[in-house]
Amino acid sequence: MKQFFAFVKKEFFHIWRDKRTLFILLGMPITQIIIFGFALTNEVKNSKMAILDFSKDAASSQLVQKMSVSKYFDATTVLTNYQEVLPVFKKGKIKMILVIPQHFANDLQHGNQAHIQLICDGSDPNVANTLSTYASAIIKDFQTAIVKEQKLPYRIETDIRMMYNPELKGAYSFVPGVMALILMLTSAMMTSIAIVKEKEMGTMEIILVSPLRPFGVVIAKAIPYMILSMVNVVTILLLSVYVLDVPIRGSLLLLLSEGLLFTITSLALGLLISSITDSQQVAMLISLMGLFLPTTVLSGYMFPIENMPLPLQVMSNLVPAKWFYSIVKTIMIKGLGLSYVWKETLILIGMTVFLFGLSIKKFKTRLS
Amino acid sequence: MVKSNSNNMSAVIVNNISKKYKVEKSQVTALNTVSFEVLKGELFGIVGPDGSGKTSLFRVLTTLLLADSGNASIEGFDIVKDYKIIRKKLGYMPGRFSLYHDLTVEENLSFFATIFNTSIAENYDLIKDIYQQIEPFKNRRAGKLSGGMKQKLALCCALIHKPSVLILDEPTTGVDAVSRKEFWEMLQRLKAQGITILVSTPYMDEASMCDRVALMQNGQILAIDKPDQINLQFSKPLWAVKAASMYNLLKTFKKWEAVESCYSFGEYYHVVMKSDLNGSDVIKSYLLQQQFLDIEVHQITANIEDSFMALMNKSHD
Amino acid sequence: MINQNVIIAEGLTKIFGNFVAVDHISFEVAKGEIFGFLGANGAGKTTAMRMLCGLSTPSSGKATVAGFDLFKDTEQIKKSIGYMSQKFSLYEDLTIRENIQFYGGIYGLSKKQIQEKTTYLVEQLHLQNYQNSLVKSLPLGWKQKLAFSVAIVHDPAIVFLDEPTGGVDPVTRREFWELIYDASERGITVFVTTHYMDEAEYCNRVSIMVDGRIEALDTPKNLKKTFNSLCMDEVFLKLARKAVRGE
Repeated sequence: MKQFFAFVKKEFFHIWRDKRTLFILLGMPITQIIIFGFALTNEVKNSKMAILDFSKDAASSQLVQKMSVSKYFDATTVLTNYQEVLPVFKKGKIKMILVIPQHFANDLQHGNQAHIQLICDGSDPNVANTLSTYASAIIKDFQTAIVKEQKLPYRIETDIRMMYNPELKGAYSFVPGVMALILMLTSAMMTSIAIVKEKEMGTMEIILVSPLRPFGVVIAKAIPYMILSMVNVVTILLLSVYVLDVPIRGSLLLLLSEGLLFTITSLALGLLISSITDSQQVAMLISLMGLFLPTTVLSGYMFPIENMPLPLQVMSNLVPAKWFYSIVKTIMIKGLGLSYVWKETLILIGMTVFLFGLSIKKFKTRLS
Repeated sequence: MVKSNSNNMSAVIVNNISKKYKVEKSQVTALNTVSFEVLKGELFGIVGPDGSGKTSLFRVLTTLLLADSGNASIEGFDIVKDYKIIRKKLGYMPGRFSLYHDLTVEENLSFFATIFNTSIAENYDLIKDIYQQIEPFKNRRAGKLSGGMKQKLALCCALIHKPSVLILDEPTTGVDAVSRKEFWEMLQRLKAQGITILVSTPYMDEASMCDRVALMQNGQILAIDKPDQINLQFSKPLWAVKAASMYNLLKTFKKWEAVESCYSFGEYYHVVMKSDLNGSDVIKSYLLQQQFLDIEVHQITANIEDSFMALMNKSHD
Repeated sequence: MINQNVIIAEGLTKIFGNFVAVDHISFEVAKGEIFGFLGANGAGKTTAMRMLCGLSTPSSGKATVAGFDLFKDTEQIKKSIGYMSQKFSLYEDLTIRENIQFYGGIYGLSKKQIQEKTTYLVEQLHLQNYQNSLVKSLPLGWKQKLAFSVAIVHDPAIVFLDEPTGGVDPVTRREFWELIYDASERGITVFVTTHYMDEAEYCNRVSIMVDGRIEALDTPKNLKKTFNSLCMDEVFLKLARKAVRGE
């Protein structure tokens, strides 16, 4: 046991003395949360909009007015003809143009049918989609108001309520995502690099010749990074609760335990990588390509898995982050307990045992 | 060569060890049926240039590599079957500087002491001489030490668990002449404490510091003996020759068909003639005839480097 | 005679913080001379050599290398020198031909010159059968000989060799020195460091650095006489043992 603790202590020295890496490791969750929380958001606010109003009557100005007051649009630019549409989009500031044809009020009152055209800048499809949805909602609202005045006999009013995330905040989905990503990176990449470094430095030769057992070496290497990762979990949770207003609705203890489980899964992955590589560069590349990419793409937090082609859907089941992401969402956002995540938890435990077994088996007691 | 009754006298027995590597698509023979024995308490040198197979041999003996064929034992334990026991008995210093650069001198030493289940205090006697030289820098990071001090620290780390057999892979490579000399003096003192030492070196002149040496080239052992005995095998007369224009002298010798071999050695050229009848008079008169000035020719006894080159040429033929 | 000196150093000094790595060294090296630059580890050899190659600016002193000022014309100096070290010189994952062509290319040789040089070098080093093999598959001694030839592919005025023969077998080591003699006959000045004291004897003149200063500089013969020693090994030990500073 003394040997083991000596090794763990030495690992802490390595981490502590490499201040730059330590800073990056501990700073990463903070910057990620801040970047995702404030800069990269799907929500659209005060998007610049142009108006091409051929009608210029009471109804049309009422609609334009309604658009402007909404927090989503900033309808300041006024166009006079269709020739101006393309140049305006080319400039890039304007993302949508609202076109109101002639006799808008008249058609609305007498013909019971009026047309409106929304022209969007489709070069960014996500933004275009969101904008047109918002605009449609405002127009529908406008319509309902008119209909109310006319007092028609039948009317269905749809009342939509977004469960768990009434304001449709992006943070609800990316906090679990960032958590998965950061744990994966710190645990898997850093442990794999730490072990491979010993190979590169030649110290592995002496360690191997010593009476230390491979199992001990592997675990001792992993422990400091496990602790570091748990610090990161706590940082992320604190930031999300106090800065991003994302609540922890479920059990904090359960959430932390699941975090620990996923950390161990990632560590096992890192150990496996280190046992099959001999240089830090390769270990880093494998970690990035093999872990970072699937974690971001296939875990479901950036792109919905249900929309992927079948082979990718099947593959996503092999990505530990997918299960962790779903666990965190369930506990943190939905506030549900272990009875709702036991399946995912079991899968993660299974993966961990398998990866650990494999990496210990692969850990060579000799050089080649 | 390996006698069963010599077991209790021998610390290391190596028997027909072979090892091949795959490089690109071709196979490289790193070790070709290598056999030798090292007696208990002996200072045994493996002398050979880079790529002669020294490191592979040591990795096989330290149980880090498995040989393709052959067997070996250390203190009676088989290097394959009993590798766990051997790892406790060995002290090993790999060729590259293999300590933690970001740990201090003291931290490195106490780390290696602990993983070998001992402490600095327990075996301080053994390393005292060496450690005292680096103790003033014990709080300095190992990466900041100079070459000679790194080497001393590495030796301390290899000795800290009081191994009965010490294996040192090229400890003096890249180290200056002064530190090299000091290092060999340290090894002599360790030997006096009864530790069996196996050391490899590319520097031929260091062979004379060993009790016995094995000369190695291309994965094969060319000769094993006491250093001065090896030199006795050099059968032909050897001439040291010098003249005013040295490079021309070399060119002349290379062209002269009576010469078997000629190579520079310090300020002289060492010359072996094809016929033993061609003595210093013949050489002198030939050179005079070629208009050389300040000619100096005298017979010398071969040293390890002469012997090594002669053996190298023989093995090529 | 002054024009014949390709390296002239006067009071060259390099200070790192409060550590004087190189302490007022002054010497001259003549054209075509083989100049041995010895010293214990940490005596300041590498720092001095880096300054002369234009890789590090001296703290004070004066020097010209190949007729160019060390402070003003470092770019010119780099064009007139070759450099080879034990650790890095050739690209292991390129073939012999590719390495020669690459170095010829960066020193601005014409296509035709590169072609000629490649053929000549491959022949001189007896590498005809290996010219398309990767450098990493060569024995160390061959690599070092090739590295030296590549370092002088552009016929520099001076070639700097940093422990070029470490670990090389005795036969190949001597073949290496024959290449050095050959280069020196062609007028290339050879500035070499080594840990092999017998190699010090092959130099025309030898300087021995101790604690950042040049403690002795003469022909091997005179040095042995001055220090009353039988071989250079002894001279070196006598001088280097005086060192105070811990490497």
